Amino acid sequence: MTSISMTVNGKAVTADVEDRTLLVDYIRESLRLTGTHVGCDTSQCGACVVHVDGKAVKSCTMLAAAAAGSEVTTIEGVANGDLHPMQKAFNDNHGLQCGFCTPGMIMSGIDMVNRYKAEGKTLDEAAIRAELEGNICRCTGYHNIVKSISQAAGEM
Amino acid sequence: MHNTTYHKASSAAEAASLLSGADDGALLAGGQTLIPTMKQRLAAPSDLVDISGVAELKGISVSGSSVTIGAMTTHAEVASSAELRAVCPGLADLAGHIGDPAVRHRGTLGGSVANNDPAADYPAAMLALGATIKTNTREIAADDFFQSMFTTALDEGEMIVSVSFEAPEKGAYAKFPNPASRYAMCGVFVAKGAGGVRVAVTGAGDDGVFRSADMEAALSSNFAADALDGVTVSPNGMLSDIHGDAAYRANLVKVMAKRATAAA
Ligand SMILES: Cc1cc2nc3c(=O)[nH]c(=O)nc-3n(C[C@H](O)[C@H](O)[C@H](O)COP(=O)(O)OP(=O)(O)OC[C@H]3O[C@@H](n4cnc5c(N)ncnc54)[C@H](O)[C@@H]3O)c2cc1C
Ligand code: FES
Ligand code: FES
Repeated sequence: MTSISMTVNGKAVTADVEDRTLLVDYIRESLRLTGTHVGCDTSQCGACVVHVDGKAVKSCTMLAAAAAGSEVTTIEGVANGDLHPMQKAFNDNHGLQCGFCTPGMIMSGIDMVNRYKAEGKTLDEAAIRAELEGNICRCTGYHNIVKSISQAAGEM
Repeated sequence: MHNTTYHKASSAAEAASLLSGADDGALLAGGQTLIPTMKQRLAAPSDLVDISGVAELKGISVSGSSVTIGAMTTHAEVASSAELRAVCPGLADLAGHIGDPAVRHRGTLGGSVANNDPAADYPAAMLALGATIKTNTREIAADDFFQSMFTTALDEGEMIVSVSFEAPEKGAYAKFPNPASRYAMCGVFVAKGAGGVRVAVTGAGDDGVFRSADMEAALSSNFAADALDGVTVSPNGMLSDIHGDAAYRANLVKVMAKRATAAA
């Protein structure tokens, strides 16, 4: 067992976890933040994407112990009273069907918009599609997902 | 995943001593290969030594045309380094096309080079750039480092610290990604530097990354894509699987080499 402390959605948390505990399992099972999903568990689908120190990572492919000392943001932590512009854009554009992939899509969407803004690059449709390489939507509604991210990029 | 004991190293020396003190330990870099492998129970190290917090293993330094990249530098950092892009844009572009953004935020150059996956991108760049792999005990030329698929010259417990190379006059990488995994079905790095032209191929060979002497000879006399028209790539020694047979891969080698040369 390892004792870990980190900040999750702005709140300090501490726990004793088995060394092999995945970050996603810690988030879902211990913290009961079940918005972060496990789609594939083989690092391909992106349903488990969270931000660790501001960067999108697949939480099924990182140990909880390795996130100790970090600031973690999950889908539950992006709204600030009102919905985050990325959440609102998914709502406005019907950017989801069953919704399973949506938390990962939103976390990846926020990450790509932030990165492109920081680097002063334009996030056009081709760029959004390339950036979504690691997020799979089993309902295949990519068209509206791309529209949603594009709208949010203009508002963030 | 089998249980394991996690350690976080704060220096390279501490990592080496934690590793040598472990029963059957493994270094944990970005974990983008090792964690999935452990989840499938294809690897079960008794101890994991996390080197993601070791500052001395990170960063890119460019001085004139000499480039050094720390083992723990992530693919995203390599892709977005303006300093590196100024002298060797081909390597920055290669890093920007590994996997997806989340993989690039965690995955590292050192982890990729140490793993030597036959479809990984960095091994082709290291070989074509004639890089030197610096470990905690010695320096190894890329030509001697990549031995065969998933096999390198690294000894048990040896740790990559950094890689260094001279930026080539011209250099570029062209990759034909598997449409599902995005790993290379074939990737070719072409470099024209002080030591001549070097062409390295990943993804296609049935024994991992290799250099193509015929293409190097053709490009040495004329560094242009059409100079490769007369080169025949034999399907012997090419991978053959459900994604593409040996003849298909042999053709891809030539097409990717031409694209890389045109882009360089
Ligand atoms: C969805 C997905 C898509 C991917 N697509 C691509 C792709 O298109 N192209 C590509 O090239 N790769 C791809 N990868 C692999 C990715 O690049 C990995 O990041 C990389 O292969 C391993 O780097 P790591 O830092 O994650 O290493 P780890 O997974 O942490 O380690 C890998 C191995 O190297 C050893 N090791 C790590 N660091 C060192 C060191 N400094 N010295 C000695 N040994 C060390 C470890 O002990 C382990 O055995 C993909 C991975 C995923 C999950
Ligand atoms: S659950 Fe993590 S990538 Fe699919
Ligand atoms: S909305 Fe169903 S998986 Fe994407």
